[in-house]
Amino acid sequence: MSAETETPRPMDFLLPERLDEALEAMAARAGTVPVAGGTDVMVRLGTGHERPAAAVDLTRIVCLSRWERTAGGIRLGATVPYTRIAGELAAPLPGLAAAARTVGSRQIRNRGTVGGALGTASPTGDVHPMLLACGAEVELVSVRGARRVPVRDFYTGPGRTVRAPDELIRAVRVPEAEGPQAYAKAGRRGAVVMATCSFAVALWPSRAWVGTGIGSAAPVPRPAPEAEQFVARELGELRLWQTRGPLPDDVLARFGELAAAATAPADDVRGSSAYRRHAVAVLARRTLGRVWDDYRAHRRTEGEPCT
Amino acid sequence: MHLTLTVNGERHDAEGVAGTESLLYVLRQRLGLYGAKNACEQGQCGSCSVHLDGVLVCACLVPAPQAHGRSVETVEGLAGEDGPHPVQEAFLACGAVQCGFCTPGMLKAAEDLLRRCPDPGEAEIKDALAGNLCRCTGYRHILEAVRLAAARTRAPESRP
Repeated sequence: MSAETETPRPMDFLLPERLDEALEAMAARAGTVPVAGGTDVMVRLGTGHERPAAAVDLTRIVCLSRWERTAGGIRLGATVPYTRIAGELAAPLPGLAAAARTVGSRQIRNRGTVGGALGTASPTGDVHPMLLACGAEVELVSVRGARRVPVRDFYTGPGRTVRAPDELIRAVRVPEAEGPQAYAKAGRRGAVVMATCSFAVALWPSRAWVGTGIGSAAPVPRPAPEAEQFVARELGELRLWQTRGPLPDDVLARFGELAAAATAPADDVRGSSAYRRHAVAVLARRTLGRVWDDYRAHRRTEGEPCT
Repeated sequence: MHLTLTVNGERHDAEGVAGTESLLYVLRQRLGLYGAKNACEQGQCGSCSVHLDGVLVCACLVPAPQAHGRSVETVEGLAGEDGPHPVQEAFLACGAVQCGFCTPGMLKAAEDLLRRCPDPGEAEIKDALAGNLCRCTGYRHILEAVRLAAARTRAPESRP
């Protein structure tokens, strides 16, 4: 369809200013679509893949557009755009800020949100791997009440999640970083590209734990639990958390293999299954090597000018 | 729905706007502002870049109702009473305009960069323009124009 030639079909578009009004609207009509940045929803509307009876704008609901510090970390409102995550949260959430910087272009990052990425639940979404590596929790709310879901249990299939049709994503809770974090993405070019595959890693020294997340290499974003357990065991046995000694090459290589073993990649236009499996091993090895070097050097993350 | 918005400082009203319409559709088809171009309708090409409440966006991905009561700045608003905007002058000076289709979006992205970052490095310039495609592939002159605009904005006396 071209906007030049065809007048789009009608769809109710509600502009609530309060969350309870938005929840009433979600409950009132099945299939009502919440919209914040529109970067996914508008593409689906434009291609005719989606023609809901109603849409609910979330951008006027102030409480969704804020983030705050809580005891457990950062509570990130669903409609905080990527530009603000990259600019305002690089210290407490360096991994999520790094992932946010790789999303689309400036124009897209100014509009796109983590709440939207969770709602769309594309396996290629850039923020999912880091949310997994950080053990984030999703806050869902409806007229029936609120609940929290660990992000590991949130995705149920490509574009599918545990969110009920009347629920809104209100916020995501992300533990504050206690060590280096890294996100790496393979794609056809360096910018404005959907990940062919991606990998996130986060060090949690207080728990002697290494969190992982894999993107675009399975029907849903998923962690690599065997790789996590393996590297936690090796780091513990070698006392590397305490000594900050180098991570042996064979441990890095095995970590990469176990990460690749956790994938179930598809063949599609962006890459073959074999390529994705291989690339995940490489990205996992590299990102773990990088965060471990940063941990050894007591570095956290690099600043970003002009964001 | 009834839509009221400010475009380049001027109030506009539109009647019977459908929920599925984009801000780009409203600008072009209802308000006759053809500066922002319609191409990919997926946020990939940047040719519809405008400012919405001071934030650079792809107008094709903004649901028109979201712009109700808000302020939009398009390429038509770039030039002031005293002539073209420094980025427009620099694009002309550097031959950064070929077929011209991407130019409005490029100008808006360049202007946005200089608002945020008066002394951008190469990485910042490339990042700022990463969402704008030029299918004439005239990127070298476009990058040159942004560098020139930045230099002239920092030292206005060097302007012609």
